[in-house]
Amino acid sequence: MNILVCISRVPDTASRILVGSDGKNIDTQGIKFVVNPYDEFAIEEGLRLREKNGGTVTAIVVGTEASKDVLRTALAMGVDKAVLVKGKEPDDSFYVAKNLAEYAKGISPDLILLGRQSVDYDSRQMASALGELLGLPSISVVSKLTIENGKATAEKDIEGGKEVVEASLPCLISCQKGLNDPRYPKLPDIMKAKSKPIEEIVPIETQNKVTILGMSMPSKKRVGKILGAEDSDIDELVKLLHEEAKVI
Amino acid sequence: MFKFGFTEEQLMLRDMVFDFAENELKPVAAKIDHDEKIPDEIIKKIGELGLLGAAFPEEYGGSGFGEVGYCLVQEGIGSACLSTATFVGAHVSIGTNSIYIGGDEELKQRYLPLLTSGQKIAAFALTEQGAGSDAFNLKTKAELDGNEWVINGEKLWITNGPIADVFAVYARTKKGISAFVVEKGTPGFTPGAPEKKMGIKGSQTSTLTFDNVRVPKENMIGREGHGFLIAMKTLDAGRLGLGAACLGGMKSLLKMTTQYAKERKQFDQPIANFQSVQNMLAEMAMEIYVVESILYRTAVDYDDKTMIGRQAAMVKHIASEASCKVADLAMQVHGGMGFSKELPIERYYRDARINKIFEGTNEIQKGIIARDVLKRNGQM
Repeated sequence: MNILVCISRVPDTASRILVGSDGKNIDTQGIKFVVNPYDEFAIEEGLRLREKNGGTVTAIVVGTEASKDVLRTALAMGVDKAVLVKGKEPDDSFYVAKNLAEYAKGISPDLILLGRQSVDYDSRQMASALGELLGLPSISVVSKLTIENGKATAEKDIEGGKEVVEASLPCLISCQKGLNDPRYPKLPDIMKAKSKPIEEIVPIETQNKVTILGMSMPSKKRVGKILGAEDSDIDELVKLLHEEAKVI
Repeated sequence: MFKFGFTEEQLMLRDMVFDFAENELKPVAAKIDHDEKIPDEIIKKIGELGLLGAAFPEEYGGSGFGEVGYCLVQEGIGSACLSTATFVGAHVSIGTNSIYIGGDEELKQRYLPLLTSGQKIAAFALTEQGAGSDAFNLKTKAELDGNEWVINGEKLWITNGPIADVFAVYARTKKGISAFVVEKGTPGFTPGAPEKKMGIKGSQTSTLTFDNVRVPKENMIGREGHGFLIAMKTLDAGRLGLGAACLGGMKSLLKMTTQYAKERKQFDQPIANFQSVQNMLAEMAMEIYVVESILYRTAVDYDDKTMIGRQAAMVKHIASEASCKVADLAMQVHGGMGFSKELPIERYYRDARINKIFEGTNEIQKGIIARDVLKRNGQM
């Protein structure tokens, strides 16, 4: 069973994000970058499926030279092969999806795994876009996965509950927290990861469909106002919610 | 050009060990302290992840990260639980290292893969009733009888004593001090009950009694009479690991203290606004910076084989004094909450204190440093 795991490189969730001087990017000074946390579930699931069924796991990232660090992490966790689509900063879902799809077409994996979303741009488009570009079934936000007899049975989180769905392979699964417990890379594997090759390929798609015009910090939370506890204060509350806060 | 900086794989090691410490160790650190025991599954996980083999070459089951890698491991583990760091230190840098530094190839092949993978736990047995700081004054004796050494005596304050499988035991022989591997279960060898301690309670420490304990001739580590040299070289590596664990603990304390100072309000404002509190945070940060700088510089020298004994002694002294000071300042900023068992500050405070005492008291470290200064006529 051959599995392709699409990962992305994101700022550590503990980082304090500031907007850069161009107003269109974040300031990367002092920011630590990591494997997108949802993609760790995808890597882990790929490794577990390989351990059970044999085959190979390939990790791919669309990014720049800097993205090699997340591929090294994937290699240290145990993936067999690492691929970098080396181009510009991956700030558009279409640009990323098109390049991932191009690589996937070439290797025809049985299963494509990815995180439910990247915690940087939060576009949540990758699973659908990739599925569409490849013409494959795409199941999103999966928290339990079974692969048997050429079929994927997936439990996915829906509003207020769970839903169980099925699709035949090859297919695409976007992974949700709870799917598994990603392993820590072992020390000997960290050491070995540095000598494993990373395949570099040139992006087929180089243009964005969506362009970032600007970024700004969220406005500071306004200080709350506390009114009295009498019934007569309700009218004042409704008036303020309507006229000042403009929420009703 | 003199440049500090970790390699990519060292950074990956650091990330991994800090993640492990944060997610697996921190949540159980209070329980480890309370139960006075590190859960077996934690020890197993530490072994499986390769954390016990970081310092050693691949041919012995290690991963070849050297002393810098070992210090990163101890910094990470020490950030969450100093009891566990003490267990790791006794196992790796003085227990296993006695065999790695002193043993012949046959002995290394026999024991190191089992120890670097954590399948067996090691301990270092030098200290005795009359041989603490005066480490040369050993009374435990080993006599050759045919193809076996017969060991008699008693050891004190042996970290990992109640849980170890493999002991590096130092004893007096005809030619001076010699070192031996003694395995748990050897007839006549009895580890005592765990001692009751003020801190690092999860790390188990005990006496060891040797009553006509017979070990094969091949269990001698290195040559007869070389034991003291092996012990001293082994302790040099141990002192860096100790400094690293102190560093991890201090970094955690600074994080917790900074957060508390920003949240805790007095006189209608966060106490972090007050200069007296800021001074304490600054003092803590300065101590940490010094320890981090000298520790990794010295670990690099250790790996380059250019480290001299006084450097390790300085790291041990400075790191242990700093960790007690930082724990004290952390408690002062936290006030009553720091003194309460509700927060882990008091545990870090109790755990820090031993570092000024074990692996050579700080007074002994000063002796090592001063002797070297005199020998080199004051040259650094």
